Amino acid sequence: MNQWKNFTKGFIKESPTLVLLLGMCPTLGVSTSAMNGLGMGLATTFVLVMSNLCISAIKSLTPDKVRIPIFIVVIAAFVTIVDLFMAGYAPGLHKQLGIFIPLIVVNCIVLGRAEAFASRNNIVSSIIDGAGMGLGFTLSLTTLGCIRELLGNGSIFGFKFIPGDAILIFILQPGAFLTLGFLIALVNRLKKTT
Amino acid sequence: MEYIIIIIFIVFVNNIVFAQFLGICPLLGVSTRISTATGMAGAVLFVMTLSTIVTWVVQRYILDPFNIGFLQTIAFILVIAALVQMVEIILKKASPSLYQALGIYLPLITTNCTVLAVAIQTITRDLSLLPAVVFAISNALGFGLALLLFAGIREHLALVRVPEGMKGVPIALVIAGILSMAFMGFANLVSW
Repeated sequence: MNQWKNFTKGFIKESPTLVLLLGMCPTLGVSTSAMNGLGMGLATTFVLVMSNLCISAIKSLTPDKVRIPIFIVVIAAFVTIVDLFMAGYAPGLHKQLGIFIPLIVVNCIVLGRAEAFASRNNIVSSIIDGAGMGLGFTLSLTTLGCIRELLGNGSIFGFKFIPGDAILIFILQPGAFLTLGFLIALVNRLKKTT
Repeated sequence: MEYIIIIIFIVFVNNIVFAQFLGICPLLGVSTRISTATGMAGAVLFVMTLSTIVTWVVQRYILDPFNIGFLQTIAFILVIAALVQMVEIILKKASPSLYQALGIYLPLITTNCTVLAVAIQTITRDLSLLPAVVFAISNALGFGLALLLFAGIREHLALVRVPEGMKGVPIALVIAGILSMAFMGFANLVSW
C-alpha cells in the first residue's frame, strides 16, 4: 500500500513538471508532438530508475562532501547509454529530440530525486520512486504533446482527427509556453477544489 | 562581418530562451526583480564564455585524439562543474566586489542547461576557437536579454490583478509565450 502511494505520487499530486515545476526545458522543447513527448519521457524514466538504483546502492560508500559530483557522473553515464542506444535503434526520434537528450544530465528532476530520495532510501523504494516520477513526467509530457499536436496539426500520435489546416502557432514556440501555462493553471484549480 | 551575423542570429533570430527553450528554470526562478536578473545574466556570461573555451580544448585535444567522443556528456558536465567551483574560489580571493555581485548565482549555473547546451552545440557546429567564443558570448547576451525583458515585465505584474489560478508560474508562462511571439518577428532576418 505504502509502495503504491510512493509509485503514484508522481502522477498528479507531486507531478514533477506541473506541480514541482522541474525539468521545464525538455517539457517545452520536445512536446511538439505526442510521440516526441512519449519518447523523451521514457528516456528520462530509464535514466531516473537506473540512477536511483545505483545511487541508492552506493549511498553508504558515498562521502557526503563530494556526493553531488558522484551523482552527476552516475547520471551522465546512463544518459550516455540512452543517447547511444537511441542513436542506434531510433535514429529518427534521436534526431528530433536532438540536444535535449544529452541535456537529461542537467534535468533537475533526476538530480533532485537522487538527492532527495535515492540517497536516503533503500534500493526497492528508490526504483519505485524513480519509475513513478519518470512516468509522471512522461504523462505530463505526452499530455502536453497531445494537446499541442491536436491544436497545431489536428492529429494525435500522427492520426489525423481534424481535416484541413489547424492553429499552427501551437506547434511553434509560443504555443508551448501558452499550453503549459494553462495546463498548470488547470492543475492549480483542481488542487484547490479537492 | 561574419561575427556580426552570428551575434544578430543568436541573440534575436535563434534566441536561446524563446526559440530553443533552454534556461527556462532560471528564467522562471530568478526573474522576479531586475537586479537579480542582471546578476544572473552577468554570471552566465562569465561562465559560459570560459566553459566553452575549456570544453572546446578538451574536445579537440583530449576526446578527439584518443577517439573517446562518446564520453562527451560526462566529460563536459564534469569540466563545467569543476570550472564553476574554481571560478567561485578564485573570485572570492581575487575580486571580492565581483564575488559579492555574482557569488550567489554561481552554484546555480552548474544546473543551468544553457551552459552545457552551448558547449555541445559548439562541437556539433564544428566551430573553430574564435567563432566559438563569439557564439558563446552572443548566446549569453541572448539569455541576458531574455532574462531582463522578462524581469522588467514581471516587476510590473505585481500591480496587476491576476485570476486566482493563474497567479505565479502560469501567468509567467503566458507572458513568455507572448514574448516568444515577439521574437518570432525576427525569423529569417539573417541566416547563419
